[in-house]
Amino acid sequence: MKVEFDYTRSLGSVLSQFMSALKQHSILGGVLADGRVVVPPPEYDPVTHAAVTELVPVSDFGVVQSWSWVAEPVAQQPLEKPFAFAQILLDGADAPLLHAVAVDSPADISTGMRVRVRWAEQPTGTIRDIAWFEPAGDAVTEGSASMEFGAPEVTGMTSPVRLAYDYAASPEETKFFRGLAEGKIYGQRCPKCEKVYVPPRGACPVDGVPTTDEVELPDRGTLTTYCVVNVPFQGQTIPIPYVSAYVLLDGADIAFLHLILDIDAADVRMGMRVEAVWKPREEWTTSLDNIKYFRPTGEPDADFDTYKHHL
Amino acid sequence: MAKVPAAVIGVGQTHHRAVREDVSMAGLLREAVDRALEDAGMTFADIDAVVVGKAPDLFEGVMMPELYLADALGAAGKPLLRVHTAGSVGGSTAIVAASLVQSGVHERVLTVAFEKQSESNAMWALSIPVPFIMPVHAGAGGYFAPHVRSYIRRSGAPGHIGAMVAAKDRNNALKNPYAHLQNEGTTVESVLASTMLWDPIRFDETCPSSDGACALVIASEDAVAKSGVKNPAWIHGTQMRSEPTTASERDQVNPQAGRDASAALYKQAGITNPLEEIDCAEIYVPFSWFEPMWIENLGFAPQGDGWKLTEAGDTAIGGKLPINMSGGVLSSNPIGASGMLRFGEAALQVRGAAGEHQVDGARKALGHAYGGGSQFFAMWIVGSEKPGN
Repeated sequence: MKVEFDYTRSLGSVLSQFMSALKQHSILGGVLADGRVVVPPPEYDPVTHAAVTELVPVSDFGVVQSWSWVAEPVAQQPLEKPFAFAQILLDGADAPLLHAVAVDSPADISTGMRVRVRWAEQPTGTIRDIAWFEPAGDAVTEGSASMEFGAPEVTGMTSPVRLAYDYAASPEETKFFRGLAEGKIYGQRCPKCEKVYVPPRGACPVDGVPTTDEVELPDRGTLTTYCVVNVPFQGQTIPIPYVSAYVLLDGADIAFLHLILDIDAADVRMGMRVEAVWKPREEWTTSLDNIKYFRPTGEPDADFDTYKHHL
Repeated sequence: MAKVPAAVIGVGQTHHRAVREDVSMAGLLREAVDRALEDAGMTFADIDAVVVGKAPDLFEGVMMPELYLADALGAAGKPLLRVHTAGSVGGSTAIVAASLVQSGVHERVLTVAFEKQSESNAMWALSIPVPFIMPVHAGAGGYFAPHVRSYIRRSGAPGHIGAMVAAKDRNNALKNPYAHLQNEGTTVESVLASTMLWDPIRFDETCPSSDGACALVIASEDAVAKSGVKNPAWIHGTQMRSEPTTASERDQVNPQAGRDASAALYKQAGITNPLEEIDCAEIYVPFSWFEPMWIENLGFAPQGDGWKLTEAGDTAIGGKLPINMSGGVLSSNPIGASGMLRFGEAALQVRGAAGEHQVDGARKALGHAYGGGSQFFAMWIVGSEKPGN
């Protein structure tokens, strides 16, 4: 499974100034109520809680206060080769900034070492404009670029988030999905309330006991209720408009959502009898979309009383 | 040990908008918090604990934002809690804050709930495909629309009831300067003419996507006396209930959890006839048809009759039971904050501080929120007088 989205961030006045300055190779600190200068500038004073309003330029040279070696960098980290993460106290600041230091081995970094910013080749108005820090040797602090505080150039940023994970199906789901790969639909009955759940859950949500008895269900049933989806959205895979409906298979005690086709959306009805239309057998996988959709059977509609307790 | 009487003495909210590009998440919260503290005549120094609520983290893609927000919320050195009950979270967050005071643990608790929906896309976040399952699901509207259809079928309600609710709430919003939608000239006809999104739910029967926050200051009886606040909103009862999202024969239209919560709430508040004794209600109506559905679920009308109150105009300001005087979720929906806005608006009403959307003489008001697949319920009753229980 992959879940990903490009989130957007509005930065607010303090961080907008900070990011805009980075784009011009200048680093701003926030002046706290007690006079300390902190980088990156916090939006609110941690002691008085008042909004931080005074920003001052600090140097792009500093001192390593502590560090940790990253032997195996992962994606999105500042360097692709092994590097150090370090707390770096910039000249002119009173609290350290966490960033990467590019050195070849742990033997090449030490607490108290002087480092300087390596600016990114392409400024983006994000913290990544500081590509990393590198040893400064005996170089002395250059005057920090003077900043004109005006309307900030950068007021937002994009923050892509990606998550990839493996989905582990439960034993009951496994049985269900393997059944689908054979063209069969398996549910399970709660030994206490005797309700048949499809897909099976492993435990009855009402009684909390394991559902052990397997029940093979037919691929036809009653459409209990539905909506017509007519709104496009990111990630959508079915062309709109489409009918998203609860289908209560004959012999089951809970309905599941599926797609209804082979009928005009305006003619779909609650209580309509439907049957599964399967994909060609060679395309079957362990998925509920082996059933392409449900279509009307042509039988008379089910009486409301037969399914009203499933709404 | 007896419960400590507690009251809302500060209410603050943002001007809810589709996009608040001018502030960060922290800045958005501070607008609401600063207004609530000012309303209570307090500063952060007076606050003992902070309780934060917001909807699922996927909505903004910030894991545990409460950690980063601690500075902005003045929480250093104090307990900072996060509550997490999907869309009902604004309500349950206020209830957790209230319980910290009612239990005698704290004197003054700040609670705040928010959503900055513009940083993401809730429709996307609510439609993540589930492995091996048919991807027919389409956001909150796609989830609730079939259940709205079931309600219409079961109650026999006329088709224009949903449009009546939407027109009422959008016109109420014109009286509320904080409301997101300020759609002048909304009528039943204009709502009915709007695009069908998730048949039977139309565009104008749907809540907007908002950036916004709401904050409350809740104080003990002693702390109320020491404050300069002369019109506290006393908490007469709070209830939360939950149930499984899906279960065989679970009533998705009139969920058991909501019925149980409201029955317990009235008992707690000494109310025997809610329709007569409650002066107004702010209930969580993200899609217009949920007004009649929740009227029934909350016991204001027998099952199947909720729509008759709406149709008779009883839920308008000036009616028998005004509902969503602020414009409701249909006019402003910063998801995580939406429940707290309902609770806060109920407090404003009994404090006589609701401005143009004030219900004359409101003495008891209901605040309500629900979330998930109609499976989390949170509600409270506030009153202008100290509770008798």
